[in-house]
Amino acid sequence: MSEQTIQSPRSEGRLARIRDSDLLYSFRRAPIAIVSAVVALVLIIASAGAPWLAPHNPMDLASLSLLDSMKPPVPLPDSDWSNPFGTDNQGRDVLSAIMYGARISLIVGFLAVGFAVVVGVAVGLAAGYVGGFVDSLLMRIADIQLTFPAILTALLVDGVIGAALPGTLHTSLQLYVLIFAIGISLWPGFARTIRGSTLVERNKDYVMAARVIGLSPARVMLTHVLPNVIGPVLVIGTLALGNAILAEATLSFLGVGLPPTEPSLGTLIRIGNDFLFSGEWWVTIYPGVVLVLMVLSINLLGDWLRDALNPRLR
Amino acid sequence: MLAFIISRILQAIPVMLVVGFLAYALFAFVGDPVSIMLGQDHTEAQRQALIHQLGLDQPFFIQYAKFMLAALHGNFGISFRLAQPVASLIAERLPATLELAFTASVLATLMGIPLGVYTGIYRNSPLARLLMVVSLIGVSLPVFLLGILLILIFSVALGWLPSFGRGPVTHIGTWWTTGFTSWAGIKALILPGVTLGLFQMTLIMRLVRAEMLEVLRTDYIKFARARGLSNRTINFGHALKNTLVPVITIIGLQLGGIIAFALVTETVFQWPGMGLLLVQSVAVADIPVMGAYLMLIALVFVAINLIVDLLYYAVDPRLRIDRRTATGAR
Repeated sequence: MSEQTIQSPRSEGRLARIRDSDLLYSFRRAPIAIVSAVVALVLIIASAGAPWLAPHNPMDLASLSLLDSMKPPVPLPDSDWSNPFGTDNQGRDVLSAIMYGARISLIVGFLAVGFAVVVGVAVGLAAGYVGGFVDSLLMRIADIQLTFPAILTALLVDGVIGAALPGTLHTSLQLYVLIFAIGISLWPGFARTIRGSTLVERNKDYVMAARVIGLSPARVMLTHVLPNVIGPVLVIGTLALGNAILAEATLSFLGVGLPPTEPSLGTLIRIGNDFLFSGEWWVTIYPGVVLVLMVLSINLLGDWLRDALNPRLR
Repeated sequence: MLAFIISRILQAIPVMLVVGFLAYALFAFVGDPVSIMLGQDHTEAQRQALIHQLGLDQPFFIQYAKFMLAALHGNFGISFRLAQPVASLIAERLPATLELAFTASVLATLMGIPLGVYTGIYRNSPLARLLMVVSLIGVSLPVFLLGILLILIFSVALGWLPSFGRGPVTHIGTWWTTGFTSWAGIKALILPGVTLGLFQMTLIMRLVRAEMLEVLRTDYIKFARARGLSNRTINFGHALKNTLVPVITIIGLQLGGIIAFALVTETVFQWPGMGLLLVQSVAVADIPVMGAYLMLIALVFVAINLIVDLLYYAVDPRLRIDRRTATGAR
């Protein structure tokens, strides 16, 4: 409210608005946010561009040679720069496998959060705008689900769908099953926030006006209420992305996530875990480090966004 | 007080009925238990006989009622994967999980609270700053990676501690087993216990620190100092006591997290507990085990919430007064 009136008169045009924004100002003054953004950006570029940037193609079985298997990473003896992070038991380049794996982890993370946003925002809007019985029913469900840890929900949903689908179909659909399971485990967070702000917006004059001119409830919700309540989704979504990537890695590590034919970071860590006792630590530790860097940088960015955009959000 | 407990228990009943319904719906609609139990070769007559024997030809709600009655008697059907009664499978593994969860929570509480008090009181000392940095790492490290790292350091490189299993266990009574009675059993508990407890420990530590900083600023602490009370009395008797309400909530709610992450820890350390059983069951779609686990976990969560509410009541006298005035006003 007051921020809009204070806004400087210079801010005309998109670029100028971005340059003068409070957000960019606070970003420049937060070294942790800058470092996290750089790390996240490097990881996203390296994994999104894996097919073009990776030194080898780990999916191409013809290029693998058992003679290259279990080569240690660079500073150690017997290593060379063609496999800077070493190779696994089949001679696969660990660096390339990580780049392709991080790509799958990010895809699952983004799509799962996207799914959770759509479900959560729809439920939150409906509950807040319609109110009454619908509201108490939907929010009761959200409350019950919130008492269960998200990872447990995702595991059980994954298991139930796995049981319901026949075997062959299940393997080919596993990626989508995982996205659905993780998305379902994350929606209550979005729904509760959206419901809270919808309850406030519902009684404002502009909503009354929209209803008076005869717009349908769906239209009022989507074109009038939604733009005014969508703000916090960016913050919750960023933090949820970190959780989604972690959930995917955990499920894949447990062996109920992605199969070794589509290895994500979690699958790579699980495969590498078998070689821990014979001393080949690099097959599991490098994917682990990348996973931690990815989740940590996303979480720190989320924390910063929360503080910068809305200090009232906790 | 009694009315409060009774109303909370009554609230829990519909939750358990709904969870039971979900568990039953899983069993009835997902997969085909008859063909799984009969295998490949069977006649139509055998099939009909089994359907009748399992009661699958009866109306849905009668089946549901029977399922809930059986569950109340501790009968959850037969595991598809191991062909054993689910109840005995779980009872066999329950002590391992409870022992692990207990070790982790005790470790987290006994380490987390003193560390939180220390970092709260001496917040500018180098050690406190170091502890805060370490705790940030502890919060962001995934449980399974922490387990792998600990195995790599303490089992593979140093060879001090075992990396999997419970070690030797002693039987107490008919079904309880414990690893506490032998040194090897305790050694086997250390790595999984630390893995599971570290996250809670850092959480408790950060929370206690934040609450201590808040409380130490208040007037009654200044007043206590003016009265000339010893630092020890002020810090522990006055300050710590008033930080405990949110800490108890978090410890209670985190017990749920401990149960969830116990299954990750159990997988890393091949710990023969309920979590490992669930993960193995999910991998092969063993519905009866999943259903029973779901109901058991729901029961545990309901119990935890009840206990946390009761502890509030015990720790914070204001709640009791509020309640009395609230009921008096009515």
